[in-house]
Amino acid sequence: MVIRRFPWIRQSLVIWHKELRIEFRTRFAYSTLLMFAVTTLITISFSVGGFVPDSDITAALLWIILFFSAMAGLGRTFVQEEEKKTITALKMAVAPEPVFLGKYFFNVTLLCSLTVLVVPLFLVLLNQSVPLWAPFLTTVFLGALGLAGASTIIAAIVAKTEAKSAMMTILAFPVLVPLLLATINATRICLAGAPGTAPTTELLLLLFYNGAVVTASLLLFEYIWNE
Amino acid sequence: MLTQVKVHNLTKAYRHRLLFRNLSFIIPDQSVFVLLGRNGAGKTTFLRILCGLVPASAGQVEITVDGKILMPQEKRTHLGLVAPDLELYGELSAVENLEFFAGVRGIPFSLTKARDLLDFVGLRGRGHDLVHTYSSGMKQRLKYAYALLHEPKILVLDEPTTNLDEDGVQLVDSIIERQRRRGIVIMATNEPREVSYGDQTLSLDTAESGNLA
Repeated sequence: MVIRRFPWIRQSLVIWHKELRIEFRTRFAYSTLLMFAVTTLITISFSVGGFVPDSDITAALLWIILFFSAMAGLGRTFVQEEEKKTITALKMAVAPEPVFLGKYFFNVTLLCSLTVLVVPLFLVLLNQSVPLWAPFLTTVFLGALGLAGASTIIAAIVAKTEAKSAMMTILAFPVLVPLLLATINATRICLAGAPGTAPTTELLLLLFYNGAVVTASLLLFEYIWNE
Repeated sequence: MLTQVKVHNLTKAYRHRLLFRNLSFIIPDQSVFVLLGRNGAGKTTFLRILCGLVPASAGQVEITVDGKILMPQEKRTHLGLVAPDLELYGELSAVENLEFFAGVRGIPFSLTKARDLLDFVGLRGRGHDLVHTYSSGMKQRLKYAYALLHEPKILVLDEPTTNLDEDGVQLVDSIIERQRRRGIVIMATNEPREVSYGDQTLSLDTAESGNLA
C-alpha cells in the first residue's frame, strides 16, 4: 500500500536490489571495507598488546576504523556508474531521488553488515567490556547510518571530479566532524559505563544529523546528478 | 496530432565554442528525423539535449504526446535512447538488466516479455548470460531491447548500426519502420543507408539557423 502510494520507495528498493546483486557478484565494495577494517583492527590490537586502553581512546579508535573503511569502500557507488557509462541508461529510466535513496540503502546495508563483524571483533581484540549495551548498539547503528548518508551524497559529488579517491576523504571529513564527535563521545560514555550516565544528548544529535543529511541530500541530489 | 517534437531557437555552446545556433523545426508524428554532420558538429549533444541529459544554452525542445506537452520529468517515460555512450550493467544478465529497468520504470515485467524482446533483437538463448561476456554487436542489440522495453513514443538513435553485422542492420531497419508507425524516430548518423530513411534531414554543418533539407 505504502509502496504503491510512493513510487520512490519501490524504485529505491529496485535500485538497492540491483546494487546488492552486483555487489554479491563482484564483492568489490564489501571486500574493500572488510579488508581495510580488519587490517587496521589487527594492527591496532598488535600495537596495544595486552594493555587495555581507556574508553576515550577505544571509542576514538573504533570510529577511526569505521570512518576510513567507509571512505575506502562506499565511494565507488556512483563512480562505477560514471566509469562504466551505465549512468545514462539510469538517468533515462528513473528520477534522481530514488537513485540517491537506493544507493543510500545499499551503503547502509554494507556498513551495518561491516559493523556486525567488526565491532564484536574490536571489543574482543581490545579486551573491552560494554556496560551500556543498548545505548552502545544504538550509537553504532545511528553512526553507521550517518556515515552511509554523508558518504553517499559525497560519493555522488566525487564521481564528477577527476581525483576521485583523494577527494572522497577530503570532502567527507568536514561534513562528518559533527557525527564523529557525537559518536565518539557517545561510545566513550557507553564504554566507561559510569552509573546514572547515558549518552542521551549525543544520540539525539545523531538522530537529527541523520535526518538533516538525508533531507539535504534529497534536496541537493538532483543538481549533482544532472551536472 | 498524437506525438510531436518542437525545437524552438535551440542553441548550444561550450564556453566559446558554438555547436549550433537558433535551430527551429517541428518533427511530426509518424516520421523519421535524421541529423547529419561531421564529427564534433554537435549531433550527440543535440540528442542529449532532447533527452534532457544536457541543458541547452538557449531555446527549448517541446515534446507533445497525446496532445499534452511533457514536463521535463515526464520525458523519460516516452523516450527510448540507443547511443554509444550508454551501457547496460555488465555484471547482470540481459534478462536481469531488463527486469531492473522495468522495475525502476514501474512497468510490468515477465520472463516471457523479456524472452520475446530478446528474441526480437536477436539474442535468443543468451538472455541469462552476463552482459560483460557479450560481443560489441550483442551489447548493441541489447541496447535496443532496453530502449524498446517501455514502448516509447520517441526513439532516439545515435549511430544506430554501430558494431552490428548485416542481420543487425536489418534489425535496425525493421525497428525504425515499426517505430515510424508508432511515433517518431530521431537519429544522428552519417551512414547513407540510414539517411535514406529520413522524412526530414538536418545537417548541423550548414544549419546555423536550422534550415531543414
